[in-house]
Amino acid sequence: MIEISHVDKWYGPNFQALKDCTTSVAKGEVVVVCGPSGSGKSTLIKCVNALEPFQSGQIILDGIKVNDPKTDLPKLRARVGMVFQHFELFPHLKIIENLCLAQEKVLGRSHDEAMVKGTKLLDRVGLKEQARKYPAELSGGQQQRVAIARALAMDPIAMLFDEPTSALDPEMISEVLDVMVDLAREGMTMMVVTHEMGFASKVAHRVIFMDGGEIVEDALKSDFFGSPRSDRAQKFLSKILSH
Amino acid sequence: MNYNWNWSIFFEPAPGGTGTYFNMLLSGLWLTIQTGVFAWIIALVFGSIIGVLRTLPSKTAYWVGFAYVEFFRNMPLLVQLFLWFFVLPELVPRSWGLWLKQLPNAPFYTAAIGVGLFMSARVAVQLAAGIASLPRGQKQAATALGLTTVQSYRYVLLPIAFRIILPPLTSEFLNTIKNTAVAITIGLIELTGQARSMQEFSFQVFEAFTAATVMYLLINIIVVTGMRFLERSLAIPGYITGK
Amino acid sequence: MFASFDFDVIRRSLGYLFLDGMAFTLTLTGLSALGGIIFGTLIALMRLSGYKLLGHIAGLYVDLMRSLPLVLVIFWFYFLMPYVGQWVTGASRPISVGAFTSALVTFIMFEAAYFSEIMRAGIQSISKGQPAAANALGLTYAQTMRYVVLPQAFRNMLPVLLTQTIVLFQDTSLVYVLSMPDFLGAASKVAQRDGRLVEMYLFAAIVYFVISCTASFGVRRLQARISIVR
Repeated sequence: MIEISHVDKWYGPNFQALKDCTTSVAKGEVVVVCGPSGSGKSTLIKCVNALEPFQSGQIILDGIKVNDPKTDLPKLRARVGMVFQHFELFPHLKIIENLCLAQEKVLGRSHDEAMVKGTKLLDRVGLKEQARKYPAELSGGQQQRVAIARALAMDPIAMLFDEPTSALDPEMISEVLDVMVDLAREGMTMMVVTHEMGFASKVAHRVIFMDGGEIVEDALKSDFFGSPRSDRAQKFLSKILSH
Repeated sequence: MNYNWNWSIFFEPAPGGTGTYFNMLLSGLWLTIQTGVFAWIIALVFGSIIGVLRTLPSKTAYWVGFAYVEFFRNMPLLVQLFLWFFVLPELVPRSWGLWLKQLPNAPFYTAAIGVGLFMSARVAVQLAAGIASLPRGQKQAATALGLTTVQSYRYVLLPIAFRIILPPLTSEFLNTIKNTAVAITIGLIELTGQARSMQEFSFQVFEAFTAATVMYLLINIIVVTGMRFLERSLAIPGYITGK
Repeated sequence: MFASFDFDVIRRSLGYLFLDGMAFTLTLTGLSALGGIIFGTLIALMRLSGYKLLGHIAGLYVDLMRSLPLVLVIFWFYFLMPYVGQWVTGASRPISVGAFTSALVTFIMFEAAYFSEIMRAGIQSISKGQPAAANALGLTYAQTMRYVVLPQAFRNMLPVLLTQTIVLFQDTSLVYVLSMPDFLGAASKVAQRDGRLVEMYLFAAIVYFVISCTASFGVRRLQARISIVR
């Protein structure tokens, strides 16, 4: 589904954010990407739907080359859902309008069709009653669940999560993770940047560990948690798991 | 102060036979409002286009926006009006120049366009700053949903940015109205102009200027009240724009 | 296109344009900025003093000035100054006040309203802990302002104050309505006398543009330096 091969990315001439990154996510697979801050994990996931340009290598998404100038990027992006660290709901639109906007403007669905779909997904994340409210009237956890629903409304073939719980108060993390776990169990293809190792051990198939812009470790979940091969991954794990 | 106050002067007929001095001032007030509103529409339209250009990733767009703003910001408004009024008709082909010079209401159009373009540079700066103040994730979220650049601006960035800059836009609107007084130099007999001619005809200088002052204050109060109302009706529940 | 134009008129009048006109403009700008900043700081301090009445008077003054077109204010002071002069000197008749003095007073009074708002924002941008710390050291209100708050506020506000001064520099061209010999007035006089409006106004536009651009470029560099130090 997602094929990343030999991707390099520089910010300016001196700072290389990604170094020869190669990995893949198969259909129905859940891959967790972790690593210290500044390791390039957010950059990598944003390269997948071309939110971040990269200089060399290639990414192929469902058979379509992302970094091909001829690719219709809006169309491609509409097929991949993305959830951001800071939710990024549109503050001037009501919750239900947040879910309808791209359905209507990008997919060309009718307003009624979009409303039905949107309401169904809000119900699914347990927020049907909040449809007429504005984002700022919801808690962080609720906003993030809306953001997930907004991405699902586009009927994505895969979902990208960029640290979906790091901006949340601790008591709200589980309500978001629950939604994600359900999604994983239904067979959604997912690439998740997160430090939530509990989530990883519960539903991930593979874990990727990044450091300094490199993919240091790319292993099955059991191998990763059993005995990470690299020192860096071991150190990282001991740091996060120790508390 | 040995000045002969005569407040009943307003009800005496003005030379020219068009009514009292008060009527004269009212017609000036009306012209000020007309010119100001016309100029404001121009300022908003051009300012929005240029403001957006300044926020696009394209270098060319940025430079076009930069040059436009610097051009209109670094010359006194009075000089700009002289350029439009005296210089432009001589620089275009002779027949166009003749047409321009014979245009009825030339001072009105020159003032509206001249003040409008002058103010558009300031609107552009405000709007660009408003857009730049939005979290980067907003643009990314819109893009990730498959919205094109035009759609992201139309449905997401501009509606929020305009709400944020509504207070400074109120003062820019008032500045636009006040700046129309500069057009007295190209023969536009707006409110200040009428006060000045009333002073010349009647020698009651302070009554004339006091009346004009009160009228400008009224315009201010009405505009500020109106914009407050607009701000309140566009306010997003729970969202604090002042951050 | 420019065949019928006579650009030599500019060369012939350079001395008058710059030694008289621009000198007038720059003197008026400099003195108005100085006076405006001093008076504006006073107004800002009045508004922040905590004395309700004082604050209200200052606020009304600022609102009044900011509601009126500069052209109208120029007329106001031009006709009012002789009476004020009479009142101050106790003369029996309104005294004649020079055009320059009248313009200078106008710009100081008008720009002070704008400078005061900049100063007020600057003073308010200093964190509350600073005056508290100064008070804790036993400094009086005046000392706190003089030695702690104002120096920091001025530093923060310097770029904005200078930008406003560039606006003031452009605004001084409005003394044209009183037929005063500032740079634009001088250019206009030559233009009318020789029938060379296009040449003279184009030249005036370019001169204003070059000076304002250079000055705002300087302000931007200053701003960059200040923000690095901080």
